[in-house]
Amino acid sequence: MNRTFYGNLIFELGKEGRVGYSLPKNEFAGYDINGIPEGLKRGNDMMLPEVDELSVVRHYTNMSNNNFGVDTGFYPLGSCTMKYNPKIDEEISSLTSFTSLHPLQSADTVQGALEVYYNLQKSLSEIAGLSEFTLNPFAGAHGELTGLMVIRAYHNSRGDYKRVNVIVPDSAHGTNPASAAVCGLKVVQVKSLADGTIDVEDLKAHLDDTVAAIMMTNPNTLGIFERNIPEIARLVHDCGGLLYYDGANLNALLGKCRPGDMGFDVMHINLHKTFSTPHGGGGPGSGPVGVREGLEQFLPNPHIKKDSAGKFYIDSDESALGAVSAFMGNFSVMMKAYSYILTLGKENLKYVGPFATLNANYIKDSLKDVYELPIDVVCKHEFVFDGLKDKSKGVTTMNVAKRLLDYGFHAPTIYFPLLFHESLMIEPCENESKSTLDGFISVMKKIAQEAAEDPEMVKAAPHNTPVCRPDDTLAATHPIVTYREMLNDNDA
Amino acid sequence: MNYKYFPHTESELAEMLKVCGKRSLDELFDEIPEEIQFKRDYDLPSEKSEVELRRFFSELGQKNKPLTCFAGAGCYDHYSPAVISHILNRSEFLTSYTPYQAEISQGTLQYIFEFQSMMTELTGMEVGNASMYDGATATAEAMMMAISAAKKKNKILISSTLNPNVKAVVETYAKYQGVSLEYIAENGGMTDKSDFELKVKSGDVAGVIVASPNYYGILEDYTGWADLCHEQKALLVMNCQASALGAIKSPGEWGADIAAGDGQSLGIPMSFGGPYVGFLCTKKALIRKMPGRVVGATKDVNGKRSFVLTLQAREQHIRREKATSNICSNQSLMALYVTVYLALMGAKGLKEVNELGYSGAHYLAEQLCSTGKFEMAYPGTTFLNEFAVNTTLNIDEFQAECVKQGILAGVKIADDKMLLCVTEMRSKAEIDKLVGIVKQFNA
Repeated sequence: MNRTFYGNLIFELGKEGRVGYSLPKNEFAGYDINGIPEGLKRGNDMMLPEVDELSVVRHYTNMSNNNFGVDTGFYPLGSCTMKYNPKIDEEISSLTSFTSLHPLQSADTVQGALEVYYNLQKSLSEIAGLSEFTLNPFAGAHGELTGLMVIRAYHNSRGDYKRVNVIVPDSAHGTNPASAAVCGLKVVQVKSLADGTIDVEDLKAHLDDTVAAIMMTNPNTLGIFERNIPEIARLVHDCGGLLYYDGANLNALLGKCRPGDMGFDVMHINLHKTFSTPHGGGGPGSGPVGVREGLEQFLPNPHIKKDSAGKFYIDSDESALGAVSAFMGNFSVMMKAYSYILTLGKENLKYVGPFATLNANYIKDSLKDVYELPIDVVCKHEFVFDGLKDKSKGVTTMNVAKRLLDYGFHAPTIYFPLLFHESLMIEPCENESKSTLDGFISVMKKIAQEAAEDPEMVKAAPHNTPVCRPDDTLAATHPIVTYREMLNDNDA
Repeated sequence: MNYKYFPHTESELAEMLKVCGKRSLDELFDEIPEEIQFKRDYDLPSEKSEVELRRFFSELGQKNKPLTCFAGAGCYDHYSPAVISHILNRSEFLTSYTPYQAEISQGTLQYIFEFQSMMTELTGMEVGNASMYDGATATAEAMMMAISAAKKKNKILISSTLNPNVKAVVETYAKYQGVSLEYIAENGGMTDKSDFELKVKSGDVAGVIVASPNYYGILEDYTGWADLCHEQKALLVMNCQASALGAIKSPGEWGADIAAGDGQSLGIPMSFGGPYVGFLCTKKALIRKMPGRVVGATKDVNGKRSFVLTLQAREQHIRREKATSNICSNQSLMALYVTVYLALMGAKGLKEVNELGYSGAHYLAEQLCSTGKFEMAYPGTTFLNEFAVNTTLNIDEFQAECVKQGILAGVKIADDKMLLCVTEMRSKAEIDKLVGIVKQFNA
């Protein structure tokens, strides 16, 4: 990463008359686009840049140098599972024998692609302990929405229309209630105990015949395993509701525990977390949704199936919830995840959860003397500090996070979960070496020391980044979201 | 336990366990009740070396048949300049996440700002978001946005001439949101204007969704539609195909309130359906109703221009169940794809792409009709690079014959109707080959 700000916009590099492309000559004399009637033609000019190829390459290369990725350094962003993205998976996913396929080609011309979809679906089913997955949803939030639709479709198929409530723990990620709302369901919050796990007594008070489902992550947002899950599953099932597993934290459990065995009925997996496909600056992800036996028919269309002769085909089901994607999801992302699963195989996948968990506990136990650990138990793949132990100098979690950037680390997730005022949520993945973890630990200790000795310096951090604390308030009160607006603003 | 993705040595492992007060990795999972612990190996294949993995996927790839593509219907075979994949493989872009820490994410934030700028230019709108999953979900989000902007109204009119795959997704979202979705009839491959006028005046319409070009590739005339919508306090939503906007009248010029669609046609590989990128652009007055992430320009403490995620008060992590949408991230890397594509092509290149597609498609249409086995399904309409034809041929058998000769001969949309598309990728020789098959084919 280059710490000098590059900062130009492509629009500022153009000169009228420059080109960055070459196209074939038009071989079809006599077919002129001016045949389109005037009223249907574009009238407005577009303000797109005119730039030569090398300038384009340098521009985006310089921009990338102002960016921090997993390949740049340690990225302990809690709940995001920023694990290593193997390079071989990128190469596999860009094989032209797959990338050149049109999604509406006949099934007999895409048997290899359908096999990838089908076998990845089967692999996820085995890992999750469920019956079948759809790979159509595009992301985790999209998977949640799809999963909740499955649940509604199931209840509706039984004529059970009064089940409109979804129980969500107060510690849950904001996506859970937002997905429920988009699915037309009402959100009921259930309280957490002091140790961050669900208050089973409070849960009981909410259980009746209006409950469509409970949404949970396990381990939960604090990285703590909900050990009452067998009882919770029994209680929710007894009242006729279903259990939805938000797969955000599945990485912790690879090799040790399966959502299906815990009693969950429907879940989504983030392939970009647990199965190592790159986050791409915020997408494309992939959010496959799995269900237990008896719910397969509700999964969204299209479905990929295999006939008795071993041929794959594309099918639609009348009782499906409908379609959530135009085609069959983010196929190239599936290629990467399947490549990852095949690379690790059964011999190595089972160590993902244990090593991720070891790394998290190692950081937690190495730093709990200087950072406030509100719940001191064994965590799974992540844990939450409530800021510095010594808060007397007024150094906040925000300050610690910004100071980490100076030292070449990405900051943890901050101010989430909302259960604590100074949440600092740390998730080191299984790929990180002890040397990297020790480096992070010593910097975290050093920052704590700086906070005691020179708090103003820490509060003014970062000092060594391309830009420093951009003004969020200005951006929100005076939104400028396009280059044209920026020009108009400068003129004003 | 020595493996390329797990770096701990035996002695490091022992040291770390000691710090954690544990004797084994298993002990870290002691709190999981015995009855739900997973104690066997996964029933999955054994690990593969890179050599074996490459061989495996190479063999699997041979079970696919890449074809010379004359299909569109929502996915278009456009050329992708070599520069783009090189930029996308910059791992500082590829392996980063949502730019929460603006100080070390200016690269991502800047290209999203450029993406928003370019997509608003292309659609002729005022503002745009950081991208959506795909064109179908972007259109469904536009529907929810129209409902939310209208407050108490709950009906959406949607033209029958939208792509059926987009309609299916919009229907799903509508069903679960409790939105009343009503179709405007089709007439001669276009939206029936009198049916639209009748239905929009019912008084309870929050939004009207139309397409340009429509499913049949036709450029419909929407003169006066925006005014009629606005008289009824309904929003006009236009689903569009991004590349075509380089040549055809833009949603902004039609007076639309929201433009939503897929950016795949801007050079993104077909990749068997994804990943693509959705876009959603709108008027400034509606910016706080817009779903998804938005990047804005601001200044840092030293007065330096910089970029941040902004207007987050609309989003799920703040607003929870009251958010404008449940979408979290966007399709960021694919937004970069489109941004680099448009940087290279510019307005001029995009126009040339459309000219080539127009010429090739009109040549193909004329050649097909001259065989006597095809006729234009909607004569008298205007199309760009995609068109519907009726045929006397048995379409399944004809397409199967074309596959044998390495050609994907469009998409069958009815027993006697096909949709064909030509982009700048198709040479005259390829088109002549397809026409040659038609001439020789008798079934």
